[in-house]
Amino acid sequence: MSAAVAAEWTKLRTLGEMWWLAAGVIAVAIAASAGMLATTHVSPGAPGPGPDPTKLALTGIDLAQAVVAVIAVLAVTEEYGTGMIRVSLAAIPRREAILAAKALTIAVLTLAVAVPAVAGCLAAGRLLLPGAGIDPAQGDPLVTLGAGATMRAALGTVLYLALIALLSVGLGAIVRDTAVAAGTVLGLLYLPPLLALLLTGPWKRHLEQIAPMTAGLAIETTRHLGASPDTPWVGLGVLAAWAAGALVGGGVVLRVRDA
Amino acid sequence: MTALAAARRGPGLRDAVRAEWTKFRTVRGWLVALVLAVGLLVLFSYLQAHGKHTGYCTGPGPGDCVNGHPYVPDGPGGEAVADAYELASRPLTGDGTITARITSLTGRIWAGASNEAPSLSDTRPGLAGWSKAGLLITPSTRQGAAYAAVMATGRHGVRFQYDYTHDQPGLSGLPSAGAARWLRLTRAGDTITAYDSRDGTSWHRIGDARLSGLPRTVRVGLFATSPNTYGGRASRATAAFDHIALRPSGGSGTAGVTASWRATSTGIGPRDFYTALGRGDVRRRGGSIIVSGSGDMAPAVAGAGADTASDSLLFGLVVAMIVLIVVATMFATSEYRRGLILTTLAATPRRGRVLLAKAGVIGAAGFAVGAVASAVAVPFAEQVMRANGNYIYPTTPLTIARVIAGCGLLVALCAVAVLGIGTILRRSPVAILAGVVLFVLPAFTGPGVLGGPGGGGGAATWLYTVTPAAGFSVLGLMPRSRLVSFPYTMGNGYYPLAPWAGLLVLCLFVAGSLGAAAIVLGRRDA
Repeated sequence: MSAAVAAEWTKLRTLGEMWWLAAGVIAVAIAASAGMLATTHVSPGAPGPGPDPTKLALTGIDLAQAVVAVIAVLAVTEEYGTGMIRVSLAAIPRREAILAAKALTIAVLTLAVAVPAVAGCLAAGRLLLPGAGIDPAQGDPLVTLGAGATMRAALGTVLYLALIALLSVGLGAIVRDTAVAAGTVLGLLYLPPLLALLLTGPWKRHLEQIAPMTAGLAIETTRHLGASPDTPWVGLGVLAAWAAGALVGGGVVLRVRDA
Repeated sequence: MTALAAARRGPGLRDAVRAEWTKFRTVRGWLVALVLAVGLLVLFSYLQAHGKHTGYCTGPGPGDCVNGHPYVPDGPGGEAVADAYELASRPLTGDGTITARITSLTGRIWAGASNEAPSLSDTRPGLAGWSKAGLLITPSTRQGAAYAAVMATGRHGVRFQYDYTHDQPGLSGLPSAGAARWLRLTRAGDTITAYDSRDGTSWHRIGDARLSGLPRTVRVGLFATSPNTYGGRASRATAAFDHIALRPSGGSGTAGVTASWRATSTGIGPRDFYTALGRGDVRRRGGSIIVSGSGDMAPAVAGAGADTASDSLLFGLVVAMIVLIVVATMFATSEYRRGLILTTLAATPRRGRVLLAKAGVIGAAGFAVGAVASAVAVPFAEQVMRANGNYIYPTTPLTIARVIAGCGLLVALCAVAVLGIGTILRRSPVAILAGVVLFVLPAFTGPGVLGGPGGGGGAATWLYTVTPAAGFSVLGLMPRSRLVSFPYTMGNGYYPLAPWAGLLVLCLFVAGSLGAAAIVLGRRDA
């Protein structure tokens, strides 16, 4: 297994645009968060429930997850594109081991990238939110890792990105074509929340409870937990179930299918 | 010699297009994807239309609610109009002239909570910019009827307006006891001419209007109305008229202030859409007639709680665009994957021509998907929305054709832009990522999505102005009018750019993407 992991790590780190994309995750997350916060302004005494500073600060993750998904898809499908997969399978005939090694290396890489991305988003929130009218003077908490809920949101968001990567690895193994796999993953992530914008009532809530992005991002919530579709850890669990399902599906088709 | 030159030039654009078309149509998966894109667009339009309901309740029980929308009248030009005002009028048979002096125009503005029905119990003094009072000629007081009116307004001076959309300026300033305004309307056949004056002796002609098919007997009189303010608060205007004279051209029987003027309230019933402040009324005080009214006589803009025929398209378009983004990327990158690009460039040495041919093929495919699907989806979704009780702004077939062509162009340009990115990068995922980020994610902040007056704020406006998402402006059908003071913002359903301007912005991005691809393809080793 360690040989398989070493092989996968070599393949991953030598993939052409890998380091650009990895840096892109961090840059996109922080730039999107900062851009959104810099253009937000909440007037004091606005009606409705108060804003959730931690969730707002982590807005960039909504965008950065697309880059994470693309990295993970690429890591699997490029082997099919180049025919490298036949060599890999010849070298390591236990096919599940290859997929497991891939999942492991990509998850570790994603965790390593997600930590600075999430930290950067939270720092941007700490610096920019008071300027947007969301500060203790209005009764809104500052973003601080000292608060238990914010700590949970930060760690959970790091895990969220890793689970998105695993989901993408599984779908990549099932679909095999880079373009179709990337389109499928991005569609699966972004279309349900768009559809939820159009629906009302129980349908909207059920959709948000089971869709990978809306359910998983419940982990970011630190205020008004009741308004979130799932409780934080249940939501992340739903996403984990998606990822596990995709990985198992990928493992099964990898085993039974001609490469 | 010429044969050699021809051989060096390679095949013409037509051959290149035919080659690319053959490559495209022989991949069965791509054709299936195009059909799928059409189906998905129609399906999601249906879902979006299906989710929109308008209804009202007559009681507290669950069975007391029915589908339906408030009444929005159509004007003489077929457009949706607001037509709510108070009128003191008399019949006029044949030609004639009405003259009056307006000595004051004052008003009240609803000051209560914005979620309550406005009433006169909680108001502050003030006028809306388009509060109006003056003289009116109309064949009937039915809503949406033709009319011509000369009026004093809250902040736009004296105006001559007719048939809801036409407007010409007269004297400036608000009438007061020290600066009264004289107004006059003259009817001669179908032609109504408006005049104003500071002193009642030297008259200035503002303009004239032809109201074709005007009956021999019309209603002529004094009106007042006052629209919602820019901030959405109902208002009510009160005007005092004296020196009133309605003189038929025959010469006999001038009607003055003591004649019997019939008071009519138009457009403020419980089923009418315009939010009025209190009921209008007409009183006589000494030598004056005082008319108070609330409402508007102008095009109906958003706020009528209405949908447009294109309202159900956004989500389906986004789904179809994801499919086209994937197909366009594969169309560009699969040549590199399989090494076919070497053959392609050997056959057509002019590399720009290859790119142009590819762009033409994928653009045509995108146009077909967008246009065919929206041509099916628009009438279908309109039926569904009407059955759900929604009001749909009236449109002409030409406007619908514009939306359908716009959807085709939007999908086509999106596909061509992604083709360019795919050609530059030679690899699929980043091109798809770019396509999704540029064309799909802005839909999260689309018009009306965030709702509320502050919704779709600065960032969304910016997104739909200077990024490729500006192309979604082709869906804009909400009527706007400079005669209605209203926040025409994303949150209220208005795209910041006109349809053609939005497409132009998108075209600039497509030109940039294709141009860069042409340069890279020309310089690089394939």
